[in-house]
Amino acid sequence: MGSYIPSTADERQEMLKAIGLTAIDELYQDVPESVMLKSPLNIPKGLSEMEVRAKMNAMAAKNVVFPVVLRGAGAYDHYIPAIVGSVTSKEEFSTTYTPYQAEISQGILQSIFEFQTMVCEMTGMDVSNASLYDGASAAAEAAMMCLDRRRNAVHVAATAHPDVIETIRTYCWGRDIPFVLIPAKEGRVDASALHNSLNDKTACFYLQQPNFYGLLEEAEELIKSVHAAGAKAIMGVNPISLGILATPADCGADIAVGEGQPLGLPLSFGGPYLGFMAAKKELTRSLPGRIVGETKDTKGNRAFVLTLQAREQHIRREKAGSNVCSNQALCAMTAAVYMASMGPQGIRQAAELCYHKAHYFAAQLQQISGFRLVYKGDFFHEFLTSCPIDPIKLEKALMDKNILPGLIVDKQILWCVTEKQSKATLDVTIQSIKEVCAQ
Amino acid sequence: MDYPQDLRYTKTHEWLKEDGVTVLVGLTDFAQKELGDLVFINVPFEGDAVTAGTSFADVESVKAVSEVISPVSGTIIEVNETLVDKPEKINQEPYAAWIVRVGDISQREALLSAEEYEAFIREA
Amino acid sequence: MKLIFEIGAPGRETRYLPECDVPQAELPASSKLRKQAPKLPELTEVELSRHYTRLAKQTFGVNSGFYPLGSCTMKYNPRINEAVAANPQFSAIHPLQPKETVRGCEEVLKTAEELLCQVTGMDAMTLQPAAGAHGEYAGLLLIKKYHALRGDAKRTKIIVPDSAHGTNPASASMAGFSVINISSAANGCVDMEALKAACGDEVAGLMLTNPNTVGLFDPNILEITQLVHACGGLCYYDGANLNAIMGRVRPGDMGFDVVHLNLHKTFSTPHGGGGPGSGPIGCKTFLSGYLPYSKSGEKSIAESIGQVRSFYGNFGIVVRALTYILTLGSDGLKDASETAVLNANYLMHQVKQFFPVAYNHVCMHEFVLTLEQTKKEKGVSALDVAKGLIDYGMHPPTMYFPMIVHEALMLEPTETENRETLDQAAEAFKAIKAKIDMDPAQLHLCPTTTPIGRPDEVAAARTPVLRFTPAK
Repeated sequence: MGSYIPSTADERQEMLKAIGLTAIDELYQDVPESVMLKSPLNIPKGLSEMEVRAKMNAMAAKNVVFPVVLRGAGAYDHYIPAIVGSVTSKEEFSTTYTPYQAEISQGILQSIFEFQTMVCEMTGMDVSNASLYDGASAAAEAAMMCLDRRRNAVHVAATAHPDVIETIRTYCWGRDIPFVLIPAKEGRVDASALHNSLNDKTACFYLQQPNFYGLLEEAEELIKSVHAAGAKAIMGVNPISLGILATPADCGADIAVGEGQPLGLPLSFGGPYLGFMAAKKELTRSLPGRIVGETKDTKGNRAFVLTLQAREQHIRREKAGSNVCSNQALCAMTAAVYMASMGPQGIRQAAELCYHKAHYFAAQLQQISGFRLVYKGDFFHEFLTSCPIDPIKLEKALMDKNILPGLIVDKQILWCVTEKQSKATLDVTIQSIKEVCAQ
Repeated sequence: MDYPQDLRYTKTHEWLKEDGVTVLVGLTDFAQKELGDLVFINVPFEGDAVTAGTSFADVESVKAVSEVISPVSGTIIEVNETLVDKPEKINQEPYAAWIVRVGDISQREALLSAEEYEAFIREA
Repeated sequence: MKLIFEIGAPGRETRYLPECDVPQAELPASSKLRKQAPKLPELTEVELSRHYTRLAKQTFGVNSGFYPLGSCTMKYNPRINEAVAANPQFSAIHPLQPKETVRGCEEVLKTAEELLCQVTGMDAMTLQPAAGAHGEYAGLLLIKKYHALRGDAKRTKIIVPDSAHGTNPASASMAGFSVINISSAANGCVDMEALKAACGDEVAGLMLTNPNTVGLFDPNILEITQLVHACGGLCYYDGANLNAIMGRVRPGDMGFDVVHLNLHKTFSTPHGGGGPGSGPIGCKTFLSGYLPYSKSGEKSIAESIGQVRSFYGNFGIVVRALTYILTLGSDGLKDASETAVLNANYLMHQVKQFFPVAYNHVCMHEFVLTLEQTKKEKGVSALDVAKGLIDYGMHPPTMYFPMIVHEALMLEPTETENRETLDQAAEAFKAIKAKIDMDPAQLHLCPTTTPIGRPDEVAAARTPVLRFTPAK
């Protein structure tokens, strides 16, 4: 069976003998008798690789893969160049550990340094860390970074992704600090509600760009308001949108975070994903998680090394700002390969295609009676529409045609169109929608 | 190792220099040798209150963080900001690299003379 | 090695996307658009591919050689796990698809939860946390919620042994607790008197790993959990060292109420250079109502702690771990643990001829050497020995952890190493000991066979350079 144990039963007996023992039981001499398991674990016995593959594939077969995905809401279906998977499946990269021994880890350290640089370029910020678990936990960690002795209230836009809001709320409860939700007005942050909420206890305000409904917030204005109150601004961004949209740096944000999944990571039922975090220079030593820095070795060669470790949990322990240990290194490399392969032109093109196709689809949809954009204003590649029929009925009908429609949100539909959908596919979808609604 | 006579010392390896009204506080030669190359210092703010026996700052080397314990209770009236950019001054000239100046002094920990501190180190 | 930004030239690219086939919409006003394009690399695929091939050559993985990093469980990452996870029927599934179209994903999560509950002796589990530390945090929030709902606002402290991994006290702080550090006894285990003194009505719980971070199984474990329960606290199990005990003993039977697991340690999912991992948490029934859920994808749970990240967890990692658990089964997991412990004892038996062990006792899946004497007498530190081992083709052991041992080197061979590798590693230690006896200064120059020598970490921390900046 595939237990991946090289030593045979005979060899193990010899090894026991070599250390002066006769039975494995003797190695467990310190385990109290009353808790020693007397019978095998109540799980099935091991299987051959062939059987396991069949079993897992049978589970997979119970899922439905949609060739056409028109749903976003925090997880996006983008085209992933073949080179991305090919690089990240190199066994050296996947089977290595955190690069604490710099001399034998220059490959992975350099790749993280390159990732950090690319995140800075995409967001316009000065410094980035080596990644965090996902966009939601990155947003929560960013909020925690902004706390100080005088300011401990975290304000969050209600137009952010529900999972992000809930994660920040949970982290605030963890630290027993106030969490303030800023309401929406016509699909975007209510600027005057934000203004009225800010005071000298506010540590930070988190806004999402584009927001959960796909709309563009007035980020620059909101951030000015936040700064005027002495608080910090955290902007959670969609990295593909940064191919054309103003960066967090352009908008004046102090910290930029986001979900990096669109940068070459598959949908994968929600994970593993990728949190990125970048900030202004002054916040460098408050960044959580690992950071790679450049230095020289004893001979003057350029060398990369994990640095500023005195911020981290293994050194500061209970005084650490964050407990982050593992990050998402291989996912960060995935994003770096994606960004490097696409290049500045490719990222821009991906963003433009998403934008134009989403707007084309929205225009076509609105020609069907009963489909209206719920909110006015600029949007990137997601938009919310009304639906003339029961949205569940529409969803079922489209799924039968192998199309995953937008997410149903309170009887409305949050659509998403990426560069993957050709005009022909979009037209066929429109046609199918017309047919269902006509019934 | 250096034990200037005009200073007072603590068992947690800080030194104190008095001018009658305020005190300067820093880390001793022994401390900086133990800590190794310092890479950063987290300093408090002017106006912060400090309490004798509790930490008011910390210093980082590559692999460790150490607290700096205040020998007195009072208020911080000056912070040596140059150390933030050049923490290595503490390694190079520990007795010139004062960290804070404290005023409104209300309480002191037990302090050692240079001889007593030297003896304390030898015994440890 | 050139940085990726130092390769390529303006205008070089590979076209991966087609031209726009829809009418172009008007872009937002220029004030809403980015002012400057990002300075990403501009290169063609061949240049990119070679760059990463070069980087791979300078990266040492489990597939490269022996990797006895204590506390990390660097066991072999089976290829079948990767093949299964790559199935598009797993990887192309959107997390917000209607439930009837994701029955397979649900089955993966549910099966993994059930099997892991059996292995750990827990009643319920969540796979949401993305790493061990993340799981610790979520697990502590369960404890926090428990006391909050009891209306007991006094429970503000968590007991943590001084031998604990740094994430333990850091997680406790993040969860709003203060930490009571208790010293370890001379034998490396929990100091029972210190524990008794710490127990009281302000204690929310204890965080412990068993076997502990010096590789010893604490024989007082039942008394430890009883003491904490008696004062009204809960017991949290750090599952990082689970590889020693699968099929032999379960944390749930030792008196623990909450556990976290590291799928990227015990359950063979690859470390990836530092993630992605997965840190599920399991708990007893009385805490199961507080487990996290995803607001966007699941029905709300009234008393849940909330959520610690988006969606349901690192699903792709769970797929790999489940594949592994099904492959090993009840017999294989037990074999794995027993062999891990045997390999560690076998290696320790040989290596202790050359360097002192911190605790001269049967170890579990890992053991700790102390180089304190060597440093005093010869000026050779744990770091020097670790760097010396690199020149013998192995990854060094964990250095300077746990903090209760001076000049520590922690070795965890795992069960997936053959006897020859262990013998070779012992030979490497023997050779290094000989070098120290003959010419200790040589060790300060190690490693000598690597592309770079020791990096200047002081300069890196004093003047951080954290990104490449193109010349103007």
